[in-house]
Amino acid sequence: MSDNYRKFLRTSQLPHVWCPGCGDGMIVKALLEAIGELNLDQNKIAVVSGIGCSGRTPFILDFNTMHTTHGRALAFATGIKLANPELRVFAIMGDGDASAIGGNHFIHACRRNLDITALVFNNGIYGLTGGQLAPTTPVGKRSTTSTMGSIEQPFDLVRLALGAGAGFVARTTSFDHKQLTSYIKRAILHKGFSFVDILTSCPTYFGRMNDVAEPYDMVHYLRDTSSPLHDCTCGESEQPKAEVMPTGIFREEERADYEALYKQKIASASGKRSAS
Amino acid sequence: MSKKRLIQGNEACAHAALYAGCNFYAGYPITPSSEVMEILSYEMPKLGRTFIQMEDEIASISAIIGAAWGGAKTLTATSGPGFSLMQEGIGYASITETPCVIVNCQRWGPSTGQPTKGAQGDVMQSIWGTHGDHAIIVVTASTVRDAFDMTVKSFNFAQQYRVPIVLLMDEVLAHMRENIDWPEPGDIEVIDAKRPADVKTYKPFANDEFLPFGQGARYHITGLAHGAEGFAVSDEAAARELKRMVGKVQDHVRDLALHDRYMLDDAELAIISYGITSRPAQSAVDLLRAQGIRAGLLSLKTLWPFPDFLIDEVAERVDTIVVPELNMGQLVREIGRAANGRSQVIPVSRIDGHLLTPAQIADAAVAPFATSAGKTLGKVVRS
Ligand SMILES: Cc1ncc(C[n+]2csc(CCOP(=O)(O)OP(=O)(O)O)c2C)c(N)n1
Ligand code: SF4
Repeated sequence: MSDNYRKFLRTSQLPHVWCPGCGDGMIVKALLEAIGELNLDQNKIAVVSGIGCSGRTPFILDFNTMHTTHGRALAFATGIKLANPELRVFAIMGDGDASAIGGNHFIHACRRNLDITALVFNNGIYGLTGGQLAPTTPVGKRSTTSTMGSIEQPFDLVRLALGAGAGFVARTTSFDHKQLTSYIKRAILHKGFSFVDILTSCPTYFGRMNDVAEPYDMVHYLRDTSSPLHDCTCGESEQPKAEVMPTGIFREEERADYEALYKQKIASASGKRSAS
Repeated sequence: MSKKRLIQGNEACAHAALYAGCNFYAGYPITPSSEVMEILSYEMPKLGRTFIQMEDEIASISAIIGAAWGGAKTLTATSGPGFSLMQEGIGYASITETPCVIVNCQRWGPSTGQPTKGAQGDVMQSIWGTHGDHAIIVVTASTVRDAFDMTVKSFNFAQQYRVPIVLLMDEVLAHMRENIDWPEPGDIEVIDAKRPADVKTYKPFANDEFLPFGQGARYHITGLAHGAEGFAVSDEAAARELKRMVGKVQDHVRDLALHDRYMLDDAELAIISYGITSRPAQSAVDLLRAQGIRAGLLSLKTLWPFPDFLIDEVAERVDTIVVPELNMGQLVREIGRAANGRSQVIPVSRIDGHLLTPAQIADAAVAPFATSAGKTLGKVVRS
């Protein structure tokens, strides 16, 4: 295991704010290892987040970082990337952040295909605000606003991203450190919009509300409710089963990214006469 | 010799943005502002600059803030319903001291209202629309040439003061055509944000210097209350920072208070107006003068920070201040407060989607005195 993630930590901002047993820290370690292994230039990285427990990630990362508004990380990231294409831009979102209030920005970012890496810290609940129902909460699971169990069909973010046209779409868990690191690396290397749905644990709210309060039990829960794609009985045309979320790489296909297409537009437009 | 061009308010605004060096536009179409984005969608690629149509106005304002930190000079244009959606981002731009320009071509509201009818109903929302005390600058324009100049000045103010700035136009100005002197490069000053001398020690919120991402410094931006380095603070430190931010514009009200005066020097009656209404207001002054009433006009271009000192000067000298607006009385409240009983302040409102006429303003100016003994202003006779 490499130790080269430490140099990317903004130690002045430690300790972080997350609860003991929270999965978010494990994702951050994988992200920083992926960045270290790819030798990315620390000064040319921008990490943008929304609002949520996950949204607190940028505080502790020694890059150019931006903690934005709830749901809008990808819209801010779009501006940063287009204004300075040299930057490697990451958007870190919670599941509610990305798919409830930010759902519109999410599908349009998938479709638009800017070279941005989007990571969703998917704990199936609203962490920061105290454990309310999320669009990703499985049917029957409890939250502070669904104390008798959710009756809503959740979003499968992978299918959402596939349907919206994202070029790189993967899902894994925060406890599968090796797979997570390798998926993030592949997402970074993918030219165009890339998305990793990272199933993770919120023992404090999801756990306590659903009888898996111990961090250790939450990891078991994640293991039991996810399964590699090839082992998964859940076919393309079926509804996702709440109990088992397939993991793996669902799509890895490059198409011309927005920046390349915009450059072409500039090239063909610069021949045109100005109206002024 | 300078060129003349017959041009629409929205066209002037779009070309002025390019003149000011705007190299990033994000927006979402809405009447009556859409021409701004249509023109830029065509002109910006030709200049190698970035234009993007976003999925909504929340995305648009978010994208221009992101782009500002990416190093661009940024603009979005919208109207009422879209402006309401932008309030979240305007607050973020304010607390993160992000230079950006928001053009709001006002239309009759609330809600969908009358999309193709002009109004001045967004004055208070421009000043107070986002939650919490905050720093913002609000300016207006009343002619097509003014739309050009004020767009460039909006970029300048945004860069100098590191604040979001709202340029209030309206449906009439947006779509009106006038033959204007076309500014050549250099005719209007273009100002860019100060860059720090030493990037290594850069603190994003220590002063008005602005260093975008990826230029050698690594720092943090947040919408949480924060100190000079961008990290969260609370209690007294938060209060101090808020005062500093609001002070950035309030303490410079004299530098920011753009305005025009017309026949004000010997006036006994003043009209104070802004935006499109300054045009019939100026004609109303002529009407009143023709009747022997010494009327004058103070036309405010900057509405916020509110120029109390200008109202002071007028209220010291005139008995009556008339405030015509295409709303049910918004800026008149600020003017009344600043006049502080020294003059009688008369609101004149029109809300049927049409402009006030000079005669309506002139009539309203003299109406209170038509019956009161001791006043000699008399009634304006219309031909
Ligand atoms: C416009 C707006 N609405 C609501 C909130 C309150 N809020 C903050 S975080 C959050 C949801 C957090 O859940 P999620 O996005 O899943 O992230 P997590 O905390 O679980 O990482 C909400 C509703 C807000 N900050 N802004
Ligand atoms: S509330 Fe949940 S998601 Fe938030 S820090 Fe605690 S464990 Fe993590």
